[in-house]
Amino acid sequence: MNKIWLIIQREILNRIQKKSFLITTILVPLIFPAIIGVLIYIMVKEIESARPDTVLVVDESGRCSLDSTRRFRFVPLNTPLNEAKKVFQQSENFALLYIPDFDLDSPEGFALYTRENPSIEKIESLRNILKDRIHDLKLEAYHIDREVLKKLKVDVNIKQFNITETGEEQSSNSGILYAAGFILGILIYMFVMIYGVQIMQGVIDEKSSRIVEVIVSSVKPFQLMLGKIIGIASVGLLQFLIWIVLISVLSSAVFAYFGMNMPQQELMEQMSVQMGNEEVQQAMQKQNPQMFKLMQQVNQIPFGKITLVFLFYFLGGYLLYGALFAAVGSAVDSIQDSQQFQFPITLPLLIGYIGLFMFILRDPHGPVSFWLSVIPFTSPVAMVGRIAFGVPSWQLALSMALLVGGFILTTWVAGRIYRVGILMTGTKVNYKVLARWFMMKG
Amino acid sequence: MTVAVSARQITKSYTSHLALDSVSLTIPEKSIYGLLGPNGAGKTTFIRILNQIIRADSGTIEIFGRPLEPDHVNLIGYLPEERGLYKKLKVGEQLVYLARLKGLSRKDALDRIRFWFEKFQIKEWWNKKVEDLSKGMAQKIQFISTVLHEPRLIILDEPFSGFDPVNAQLITENILELRDRGSTIVFSTHRMETVESLCDHIALINKSQVILEGSKTDVKSKYRSNTFLVEHSGNSLQLPPERYQVLQQNPLAENLYQTLIRAEAGIKGNQLIRELVEQTEVHRFEEKLPTMADIFIALVKGEGDEALKKHLTEA
Repeated sequence: MNKIWLIIQREILNRIQKKSFLITTILVPLIFPAIIGVLIYIMVKEIESARPDTVLVVDESGRCSLDSTRRFRFVPLNTPLNEAKKVFQQSENFALLYIPDFDLDSPEGFALYTRENPSIEKIESLRNILKDRIHDLKLEAYHIDREVLKKLKVDVNIKQFNITETGEEQSSNSGILYAAGFILGILIYMFVMIYGVQIMQGVIDEKSSRIVEVIVSSVKPFQLMLGKIIGIASVGLLQFLIWIVLISVLSSAVFAYFGMNMPQQELMEQMSVQMGNEEVQQAMQKQNPQMFKLMQQVNQIPFGKITLVFLFYFLGGYLLYGALFAAVGSAVDSIQDSQQFQFPITLPLLIGYIGLFMFILRDPHGPVSFWLSVIPFTSPVAMVGRIAFGVPSWQLALSMALLVGGFILTTWVAGRIYRVGILMTGTKVNYKVLARWFMMKG
Repeated sequence: MTVAVSARQITKSYTSHLALDSVSLTIPEKSIYGLLGPNGAGKTTFIRILNQIIRADSGTIEIFGRPLEPDHVNLIGYLPEERGLYKKLKVGEQLVYLARLKGLSRKDALDRIRFWFEKFQIKEWWNKKVEDLSKGMAQKIQFISTVLHEPRLIILDEPFSGFDPVNAQLITENILELRDRGSTIVFSTHRMETVESLCDHIALINKSQVILEGSKTDVKSKYRSNTFLVEHSGNSLQLPPERYQVLQQNPLAENLYQTLIRAEAGIKGNQLIRELVEQTEVHRFEEKLPTMADIFIALVKGEGDEALKKHLTEA
């Protein structure tokens, strides 16, 4: 329809011509890389400045020769403590450590002299170094061979596998899936709320400025409603796209500036090329087993599928709630009056959001998770949170079909309320009135 | 006479009341048609049905000979009673949008907006936001948006309520001009002076029903009461009491009187003149027709024909 298209265009132009759109669209992506940049900058500075601190050691026990570490360089002094203190005061060294002739069973009397208050972290790591040394001394005292002790240590590792519908085995990593579900679910929740309220605001503006009767003498109320919903969705998607592009470009720029060539991405590309090449895989596994495992798991997440499912629920959820927000906007005269109707329509969305944390992410395949991800009002948040954990195809199909049915239903119901509501100014509206509008013929 | 709008037996009910009860109207093309009636009579409901904003429960409507269809909205320019504009939008952009919703191309819309802006001498408003305009300025823009697509049928719901006198005058002039260029104008009002001066056809709607319809002259002659106003010299008129009744006599100046005479049915004005010229000098002779306001009030009060005539005579 030509006229719907005009309305969509108008809605898009109205919004992207605003200064606030320009500002949020540019500022948000700038903030992310800026934060990353600042963090990396601090990290780099820290690493650069992290020369080992020199600690002078007076060892009266004669047993505690400490090996220098990355953080501390230990310099033994064969002088009494009093003289050592003088030496320390004249030097630029970090600290003076005093080790008395201690009893192995109750080691006491250690002292650390510094010029200023050192950080707790530094004291703690010095303490650990001493602890380890005394631990070793004790082993020797009890005539226990350190090698034997090492052998006594048992390390059990549970490797997790998902058996897919095709019977294929995949190792999985709950942590990554949790993060994916968490982020995607929240994105949908935010998108629906932010842009849903914008639809409502737009409808209220048209109604209260009384332009709406002129418009509906040119187009059908349903066309006006749909045009508005689609127009605002396009703005939302556009903004989202700009953010993603800007964030990734700026982030790579920041990484490049600090000489980090987006390690994961390159590795992933390499991996996908090398996947299937057993020898290379094995070679890599030996080289860096931890990283290899992580990459393998990340690789096994079906990104293409998740992206498609995400977009589907993104739009489906928005359309379902968008129509309801439009109906609420049509029923009231001002944004203040909208509260009483806004709560019941955002409640199911909120339930989906809470369910995401309480059930989906903890027990993605439990009965509550199943129902939350199938019922159309909660499924946009719930299913997207669940999808990375692997959802049987029939459940996904059922959920999608119900969501499509759901938004057709809400759009129809909302359309019937909307067409009457936009022309009713100054009416006291309650649920009975809404029901009457809904039933009204013509 | 070609017909612009023909409505037959239009009925529309809301949950709590009947808004239109078997309303039939015929609006001739190129006329200025006044839809009269007290508030709540059903005028706005009828207008909204014509604009396809709501649908009638039953009845048929033909516009320019074709049953009501979606494309008809492009032939109609509608100025609702509760009117407004997008506050944040610039005047020019807004008019282009509204015109395009009526099916105009962008180029045509721009051409016509320029025409009206020159006519109203408001060229410098193009980039102003509506919220920065005064109420009177916004009213001009609303009127332009109504007629921009050169609609064959212009529907104005209470156009003179809320308009300042200068704008009301401007709109009156433009309504007449548009009628002369071939548009049909329908407007609803409860202001009788406008009806008297502007309309050539009227319909009176009261309590959801049409109680009177026709051309202004027909309606007026239907409710003529055979009452004549005479200004003459001398106060003694000798008229046969079985045919004439003197209702009122007032002195106007020295030896000049104004007398209101009601003639029995069937007696023409000429006959009265003949009787008068024999006994006095006639300075002025005029049949006293009821004003639309008189008819309107009398009908709405629900008086029967006889009582109505009496009422009108006494008025």
